[in-house]
Amino acid sequence: MNRDMSYSAVMSRKNEIMKKAIGIDYSLFESGGISFDYERMMREAGYSLEEIQRIQSGTGVGNTPILELRNITALARKCAPKGKGARIFIKDEAANPSGSFKARRAANAVYHAKKLGYKGVIAATSGNYGAAVASQAAMAGLKCIIVQECYDSKMVGQPEILEKQRVCEAYGAEVVQLSVGPELFYTFLRLLEETGYFNASLYTPFGIAGVETLGYELVMQFREKLGKDPDKVLITHAGGGNVTGTARGIIKAGADKVEVVGASVDLSGLHMASDKDFNRKSFTTGHTGFGIPFATWPDRADVPRNAARPLRYLDRYLIVKQGEVFFVTEALSVLEGIERGPAGNTSLTAAFALAQEMDEDQTIVVQETEYTGAGKHPMPQISFAKQNGIEVLFGDPDEEIPGKNIVFPDEPSKIKIRDFDLSKAKASYIKNAINNYGKTEINRNDFDFLIKDAKSDEEFVLSVLTELGVKIS
Amino acid sequence: MVRKGDWVQIHQIVLKPEERAAHLPEDTKKVPLELWVKGFALEDGKIGDEIEIQTVTGRKVKGELLKVNPRYIHDFGDYVPELTKIDMQLKEIAFGGGKDE
Repeated sequence: MNRDMSYSAVMSRKNEIMKKAIGIDYSLFESGGISFDYERMMREAGYSLEEIQRIQSGTGVGNTPILELRNITALARKCAPKGKGARIFIKDEAANPSGSFKARRAANAVYHAKKLGYKGVIAATSGNYGAAVASQAAMAGLKCIIVQECYDSKMVGQPEILEKQRVCEAYGAEVVQLSVGPELFYTFLRLLEETGYFNASLYTPFGIAGVETLGYELVMQFREKLGKDPDKVLITHAGGGNVTGTARGIIKAGADKVEVVGASVDLSGLHMASDKDFNRKSFTTGHTGFGIPFATWPDRADVPRNAARPLRYLDRYLIVKQGEVFFVTEALSVLEGIERGPAGNTSLTAAFALAQEMDEDQTIVVQETEYTGAGKHPMPQISFAKQNGIEVLFGDPDEEIPGKNIVFPDEPSKIKIRDFDLSKAKASYIKNAINNYGKTEINRNDFDFLIKDAKSDEEFVLSVLTELGVKIS
Repeated sequence: MVRKGDWVQIHQIVLKPEERAAHLPEDTKKVPLELWVKGFALEDGKIGDEIEIQTVTGRKVKGELLKVNPRYIHDFGDYVPELTKIDMQLKEIAFGGGKDE
């Protein structure tokens, strides 16, 4: 077999390679335009909630505890006006086999791969998902390759990513490490073609459906504990799967009054494909460098149609600072006796600020934690930042400039709410849809799809379309 | 000297700077896309030689021999005194019995 392995040749075989590696015929759900039948895709290509619960319980995934953070709540109340300060709860997803909620996504993907007879699975991820796929593959007896963006051009890697390499290897996976750049996708395609393994993408219908159990379980446990639904659920937002899956699960539990709030770490100004910027960030996930592009154009993913569509579900999107997340990670350790990884505490940081604008009898559930350890802990991450010339200081977190400094709040009351304007994100999503499909005119079907996909209304979508000079036929 | 069967890490240039994708930031454009992977050496060799390895999934890959029994280098980093300062402040506010009590 003498196939052309050049960059352009492999990229041009993308659709053919992907079809073999996922086993989903996405054309079944297409309309020929911007719209596609999202719910039908989730129904027919995914699994029902009951099936997923059965799959996950088979590998010890899920049923993680909800813990009330009494001391952090008390601290928030000390910073809040009288009568304010909602009760903060956390769902301890670090209790999953691979140490994060990603086990839920991986359990489904690996189950599906095995059912379809694949010999192995491949996932492109530098994060917790790699550990999750490797762990699940070990249980299923499948081979596993994890492709990581890991080092800069001097072979220096983020301690957090180096730890992910170690843990994936501990679960018996092969880890292919790459330097910085979007051509990771090229290597990924070559590996899929070479091995014939299953693409355990983060963005398939079954991957996203795997997270639905988290939202569903959270509501059920909360009802059992407090006899009511939580007022708000806080979700760390990166690629969109955590928000989408959790929110769908909340809806399936019938808790339709719950406000779904996303949170990301502010990494604005750092270029995600820059060799130099790569090691100047202290968060490798849960940040705006993924959160905003994936919200405003989900179909940039490694599958033709992304099952993670966060704008459909977000009621609010909050931005936190690196220094604030490290601060709250310390608070979780020394005030609650729960030591967890910083990236997973992104939404807890937002919850700490958000609780202060809510009444004392209201409740917030932070829906994840992640494991911690060497590399994946505030200490190595901050000392790595210092080695890279990042200034570390105390002060007002609003003065933090990603890549230049990390500002720890000099007092907890300095942790603030920063709303990212969702209508801006929605408008840019609509623009991306129009531009990527090169449309000057769309039909009613596409118009309705855009309304749903942006969780918006006719008036708003129409105003953006008018601005773009796009007509509805 | 590396013996056949040793656990090693190899290095490859996947794309030279001129072969890389369009629209990369200037700094990334100037450097190659590199790859590192570990496996069992399929032949004897010394550091810097081009050798073939077999990975844990059974794939055969060629590349420049970089390390034998590569160790994990990440740890808990240098001590960060700022974190202790945060811890002490948090405990003081939460449990210290300050003027709010």
